[in-house]
Amino acid sequence: MKQYDAIIIGAGHNGLTNAAYLAKAGLDVVVVEKNEYIGGAAVSRELHSGFTYSSFSYVCSMMRQTIHRDLNLTRHGLLLVPYLGTVNFGDDGRTLVSYHSKEVAYNQLRRHSPHDADSMFRFQTDLTRYAQLIRKTLLRTPPDPTSFRPRDIREMLFLAKEFWALGEKELYEYIRFFTISAAEFLDDYFEDDLIKAAMASPGIIGTALGVYSPGSAYILLHHVMGDVDGNIGAWGLARGGMGAISNAIAGACQEHGGEIRTNAGVKQILVRDGKAVGVTLENGDELRAGIVVSNLDAKRTFTQIMDKNDLPPGIYDKAKNFKIRGSSGKVNIALSGLPKFTGVPDNRYIDRGGQGFVGSLETMERAYDCWKHGRWSDNPFIESVIPSAWDPTVAPPGKHWMSNFIQYCPSKLADGPWTPEKRDRFGQTVIDKIERYSPGFKDLIVHMEVLTPHEIEAGVGLTEGNIFQGELTIDQLLFNRPFPGYAQYRMPIKNMYMCGSSTHPGGGVSCACGANAAREILRDLKLPNTVPKDDCYDE
Amino acid sequence: MNTEDRWAGERLKETHFHPRQAVLNLRDAWSSWNGYKFADYYYDAEYEYFCVRNSCGTYDICPMQKYDVSGPDAEAMLNRMVTRNIANMMENRVTYVCWCTDEGRLIDDGTIFKLGPEKFMLTCGSPCLGWLKKSAFGFDDVTFTDMSDGIAALSIQGPTSCEVLKKLGLEGIETAKPYDIMHFPFHGSSGDTLMVSRTGFTGDLGYELWIAPELALDLWDALYASGEDYGIQPYGEAATNMARLEAGFIMPEMEFNEALKTVHFQHDQTPFELNLGWLVDFKKPHFNGRRALLQERDKGPEYTLTKLDIEGNKPAEKAYLYSNKRCTRKIGYITSAMWSPVVKANIALAMIKTEYLQGDIWAEIYYEKELRQTSKVAKCTIRKKPFWTPARARATPPHAY
Repeated sequence: MKQYDAIIIGAGHNGLTNAAYLAKAGLDVVVVEKNEYIGGAAVSRELHSGFTYSSFSYVCSMMRQTIHRDLNLTRHGLLLVPYLGTVNFGDDGRTLVSYHSKEVAYNQLRRHSPHDADSMFRFQTDLTRYAQLIRKTLLRTPPDPTSFRPRDIREMLFLAKEFWALGEKELYEYIRFFTISAAEFLDDYFEDDLIKAAMASPGIIGTALGVYSPGSAYILLHHVMGDVDGNIGAWGLARGGMGAISNAIAGACQEHGGEIRTNAGVKQILVRDGKAVGVTLENGDELRAGIVVSNLDAKRTFTQIMDKNDLPPGIYDKAKNFKIRGSSGKVNIALSGLPKFTGVPDNRYIDRGGQGFVGSLETMERAYDCWKHGRWSDNPFIESVIPSAWDPTVAPPGKHWMSNFIQYCPSKLADGPWTPEKRDRFGQTVIDKIERYSPGFKDLIVHMEVLTPHEIEAGVGLTEGNIFQGELTIDQLLFNRPFPGYAQYRMPIKNMYMCGSSTHPGGGVSCACGANAAREILRDLKLPNTVPKDDCYDE
Repeated sequence: MNTEDRWAGERLKETHFHPRQAVLNLRDAWSSWNGYKFADYYYDAEYEYFCVRNSCGTYDICPMQKYDVSGPDAEAMLNRMVTRNIANMMENRVTYVCWCTDEGRLIDDGTIFKLGPEKFMLTCGSPCLGWLKKSAFGFDDVTFTDMSDGIAALSIQGPTSCEVLKKLGLEGIETAKPYDIMHFPFHGSSGDTLMVSRTGFTGDLGYELWIAPELALDLWDALYASGEDYGIQPYGEAATNMARLEAGFIMPEMEFNEALKTVHFQHDQTPFELNLGWLVDFKKPHFNGRRALLQERDKGPEYTLTKLDIEGNKPAEKAYLYSNKRCTRKIGYITSAMWSPVVKANIALAMIKTEYLQGDIWAEIYYEKELRQTSKVAKCTIRKKPFWTPARARATPPHAY
């Protein structure tokens, strides 16, 4: 039987990144993927003739440009294009556009509130300060705060130095920031409810929290700390869809000799004498390797594809209780034309970006109430993007596809399991809402893909359909991710590692988890490190 | 009140496409080129740059200088002026050329369009009528007509550009090879009303459209109607400068100082220094600068224009280059630098003393962080090929976008 150096379970973007760096170091690696397609949640497929949906993740900003550059992803076909501003729709009929151009944005904010237009500068400055600090940790392994190993102490000192450099006042503010809600955080800056609602919306995306829930302020930061070409907070589209990212990394992986097997779901990780030695596939095949890396989420890894008896005490329960609640759905719609929205001028600088159906803080909080009661929001928050308005390759000319991300949608319904009929009713709720802002919208629809947490989990294996592979609250961040004591990508079984978004720095198409895990693996193997240092330091 | 504009004669001229472009220039970001009001950018330079790389954009080249060079001596005269051999040029082809002083120093670069056996069009960035006349010494049967104001020219560049032109009704445009010229009827008129060349300054798939000024706005409207579903957007000087650097193209006042405008001895450049040796053809008979260039070829250029990939993400604008990390042995300087959004690399063009090209190259980069000046030393790697070379730019027919 062939003995690989490493098996990576799951060909999502982090699994592929991990494999690419291990292969680059000369290891004989194989990535095994349960689906017939690679990419996990960063995938693009033509599900309706001429329309290429990015079914799950739909925009990117966290993507480490250091990795893009280092793995030559442009040569492997990746082009990241920043997209224009988002129009936010208020319950009161007003619209707020986050313009790409600063001067235009300022004049527009003044029309809503001169006070808030002024405060926006302070808000952006504070967020950038917080973001810059966190950004520096993305391509680093979190220290173990209880360890006295020189490396951990050095890393703790690094963090302490970075925090200390904020100054005393900002240090207090930062600590507070990690624990407060997005709405409370915004109260210190803004008066206008639509502006607050628009700014708060990144604080709930992908998370089972409301805008008034403690911890949502950090989620907000997580969504604005990325960048496109150094413009912190900017978001981009991958030309050809998010799958172009996965395909490019797969190209880099194969260039270095890595192997990728699709239709190869893992049934179980094989453990002998307390060491991971390989995997059994669902078709019964056995693969052996010196190292096994799981790109699945922590809950799925330890409760689905491992024997409970192979695990040290406590780990199974930790995994079972890992906070990974599904809170969002996705509706992808093919359209026969570009939808027009009430109150939005026919203007390429506005109608080519995204749409945020935020309503108000109150509306978003009420939407969360529905989730708590085990039903989808009857008046949900929707974040939409029309990628085809920017990317000529994903829909026929003049036609479009619209990506709609919906909060909230629970993975478990109070009235029994999800059924296709309930899924369709959820989809109907979404298009009913969009129709209210875009009369005639429904007439444009030529195809729809409706994904509830149930379909997301069934499709790409994210437990409960949680897009981050585990929530981004402070109890599950940095050295607490996925579990305290296991944040350095090594798992309790020898020769077993994790490289997915369940590890630091968490969700988002960043490639950072996979790259960080590769660095730790190479360190254990005493091989030269192939993972580059982040180049965002002198910003 | 008298509303007559007392300064009308002093204001910048407006190009033939100005009425449409002025509406789209939300930021009133105008600069100037050869006396014309000329957009630096329209809304956001980076956004416009991405249109060129992702969909398509139009760039107003009305201010570019265009000279009709005609007559029985036209070919011989041009062939003596430029360094490249144009004697074998086919009709309806374009070629990239440069021309030098007798000392072999570069005056300018440009393109020659061969439109008939005795009819050429020379385009270039700076006015050059004076030099043309001087270069015609001894040739009696050649006339020069400055067509700069009399032709409306618009560049359309980017992956969807060919599709847009097809939609505009230009039948067979996809068969145009790079540097080909085609002629089309336009707006009901027959024959060669619209000239299209497969040329550009972005390194990507692209074309340049040439038409009579009175049809300029009709062309614009038709082009924008065709391009509506293909992401068409005007772009200005700022985006052009980004695209051309990725393509490795040189710019006056960046990579070279025009010889006729150079005060200090040899502060201008030779084609060899600018890596344009391939434009110099010693097999043809005498041409301006031949003797000096032969010497230069044999002894090698003092400096060589070099493409650099620089570590980190700080553009090395105006940086000095050194052969050692301690920055004590100076070997050259950066001419243009930027962060390349498509390649995700910190790229630059640099003039480096030829003898140091084999060794280490370090850039001392100065940059500002909230008013505080700071610097870093970054390792540079030489790149042989242009940073951005999509296959579609060379393929005929161009690949699907």
